[in-house]
Amino acid sequence: MNISLLFALLAGAILVWWLLVRRLQTKPWLEQGIIEEQGAVDAPAPRVGLWVFLAVVTSLFGLFAMVYTMRSEFPDWRSLPDPSLLWVNTGLLILGSIALQLARGAAARDDLAGLKRNLTAGGVLTIAFLVGQLIAWRQLTTAGYYMATNPADAFFYILTGLHGLHMLGGLWFWGRASLTVWKGLEKSTMTEVSGVRLRVQLCSVYWHYLLLIWLVLFSLLLST
Amino acid sequence: MAYVAIADSDPHMHDPDTFITKYIWSQDHKVIAVQYSITAILVGVVALTLSVLFRLQLGFPDTFSLVQPNEYYQYVTMHGMIMVIYLLTALFLGGFGNYLIPLMCGARDMVFPYMNMLSYWVYLLSVIILLASFFIPGGPTGAGWTLYPPQAISPGTPGIDGGIVLMMLSLAVFIVAFTMGGLNYVTTVLQARTRGMTLMRMPLAVWGIFVATILGLLAFPALLVAAIMMLLDRVLGTSFFMPEMLSRGEILDYGGGSPILFQHLFWFFGHPEVYIVALPAFGIVSDVLSVHARKNIFGYRMMVWAIVAIGALSFVVWAHHMYVSGMNPYFGFFFATTTLIIAVPTALKVYNWILTLWRGDIHLRVPMLFAIGFLFTFIHGGLTGLFLGNVTVDLPLSDTYFVVGHFHMVMGVSPVLVVFAAIYHWFPKITGRMFHEGLGKVHFWLTLIGTYSIYLPMHYLGILGVPRRYFAYGDTEFIPESVQTMNAGITVAALIVAAVQILFFINVIWSLWKGPKSGPNPWKANTLEWLTPDTPPKHGNWGPRLPEVHRWPYDYSVPGEKEDFIPQTEPPRAGVIAGRDHGAHD
Repeated sequence: MNISLLFALLAGAILVWWLLVRRLQTKPWLEQGIIEEQGAVDAPAPRVGLWVFLAVVTSLFGLFAMVYTMRSEFPDWRSLPDPSLLWVNTGLLILGSIALQLARGAAARDDLAGLKRNLTAGGVLTIAFLVGQLIAWRQLTTAGYYMATNPADAFFYILTGLHGLHMLGGLWFWGRASLTVWKGLEKSTMTEVSGVRLRVQLCSVYWHYLLLIWLVLFSLLLST
Repeated sequence: MAYVAIADSDPHMHDPDTFITKYIWSQDHKVIAVQYSITAILVGVVALTLSVLFRLQLGFPDTFSLVQPNEYYQYVTMHGMIMVIYLLTALFLGGFGNYLIPLMCGARDMVFPYMNMLSYWVYLLSVIILLASFFIPGGPTGAGWTLYPPQAISPGTPGIDGGIVLMMLSLAVFIVAFTMGGLNYVTTVLQARTRGMTLMRMPLAVWGIFVATILGLLAFPALLVAAIMMLLDRVLGTSFFMPEMLSRGEILDYGGGSPILFQHLFWFFGHPEVYIVALPAFGIVSDVLSVHARKNIFGYRMMVWAIVAIGALSFVVWAHHMYVSGMNPYFGFFFATTTLIIAVPTALKVYNWILTLWRGDIHLRVPMLFAIGFLFTFIHGGLTGLFLGNVTVDLPLSDTYFVVGHFHMVMGVSPVLVVFAAIYHWFPKITGRMFHEGLGKVHFWLTLIGTYSIYLPMHYLGILGVPRRYFAYGDTEFIPESVQTMNAGITVAALIVAAVQILFFINVIWSLWKGPKSGPNPWKANTLEWLTPDTPPKHGNWGPRLPEVHRWPYDYSVPGEKEDFIPQTEPPRAGVIAGRDHGAHD
């Protein structure tokens, strides 16, 4: 319950912060004429949309983490062995995140070769991570840890599965960005180039965030 | 640097040209809004019909045998779930949110139109999955709309075969649809407002929808978590929520799970859900009252702060739905306190609405009647909420009709009255035609008096101790004969209210074809949606130039002005500002 209260406090704090920052204490009935305010924050709409989505993702995984800790305190909880493969997978995901960060830098410098190289590396590393997670599942099932064996096992599959699904969603956007980069960037106009920049940027943000979530989940899995 | 409106330079604003891209796979927020609304209202009619069926059973248990006990529970469950989620949430956010946000903020469309379209079609899928459960063996689930385990997935509960599975699936799909829509609503409000439209110049309707969407985005994941875990309990035999159980002499395979955990998750979603429905209603009512009273909204800033405060507080009151589940007294004390605290900003809003009406130039047109009707039902339902927020009062009343009366008043009748207010208010903009005023008034009075005759007696039944959730009472010692008479009366009122809604549909359909042309701004309102170059607005909303906003949306009856309204796009007049009388607001 503590975590959920913390979560609620955090949500409240964000709201209060927002209140202060946005200066909701203006008196609109006294002000006339144009007031310049281009968007609440200085960022393109897709970027803001991604932040809002990450808030939803945080809520989802935060609630799962809360339920996980609550359920793990029950006496029937039998921890499962943590496959050492998970460490390798974690490494792959960290590398993938770094590669996308490099791709982002390359896109900013208009370095097309670097962009292609790093973008591909990021995707391939992520796919390797997902394959690694599947192999970890196989290892556990052959060792006799099934979904219904114990809530600890069920949670393991749900949390890794849900995280994997979010990675897959990210890969879809990665795939679309890669297609643009590989197919037509040489002969494209400036606006499309800036579009690719933004897409790669958003991919890297999303990857870093999912890496963070994975690290939290992984430590949670290790700690019980 | 010269100002370049983002949407003015948008190269992606292709006009849809075929029937299919215009009305079916449409990415236009106005078409999506209408699609959402029609689907939500149709599925709401299904839920209304279900309530008529089980009310007939309750009112005349021996006369009709339309409903068997199993079906009774299935109908009650589906009625509740459809009304709360598939009708009200979808209609307020998917319907009104979609229609009003871009128009009121001065945007050409939502920021992610493709995702917006997807949102509707995924929502439609969730509705189809939900309704499919009527046509499978065993029928829909009868677990009650709260779907509490272990009973929801234990043998003996109707719909345990497929119904509960389809329910969980449908909820999960709905949440995906809502998230896609919600990302649009929040981002559009934050980033796509037109020049001069600051946050504090937004109409309160947009504020209500905006904060409600944030609540939904943060709260629906709790329902998703609960739905996923219960689905696994049911399908794969995990024991997240299922304790060790003896059912019909057999030990089930479950063990060790915690049903209370489900309740926490469900209500962590469920209580914000009340405000997901209520906040848009608050906002819309504020605008309707102000326009038809020809007076600025009283205490605009307070109204905005109250919306934000209610939104934040709604996350720390959930356990007041669980007093009867047994809890640490300090825990109960905490939640009773937060529950009563949330009454403060809510009461503040009610006072401000009443003060908006005070000495206004009130035009009792149909939307205004519905908005004022909302004030009555909402105050009424809110006050009984204060009773139930206290642990000691809640315990004896919790399982009685008092609760049914309370939440139907505050969360059923009140938002539905606002839905009607909003439809009548914006109908001229959506269709370009006026509805029939007289028919609308008949609809209002019969609905208001009818719903009062349904739910007021329920409070009395509750205080008598009549338990809810029962199929029939038979000869029960503590239930007097008069209760049956009253139940029959409630059923008659319910039948009348249900029948009266036909007037609404006749009015809408008649007015679509035969209604007189309304012109762009029949109510003489200030907000941007009334200032579009075309009525109904065309794709892209604003013609070649986006509007520019020079003032807040509530400049009604400003002293010294010729007209009693000044649209938001009206530039400041020379010499007027300094000498303007701002009355009590300074």
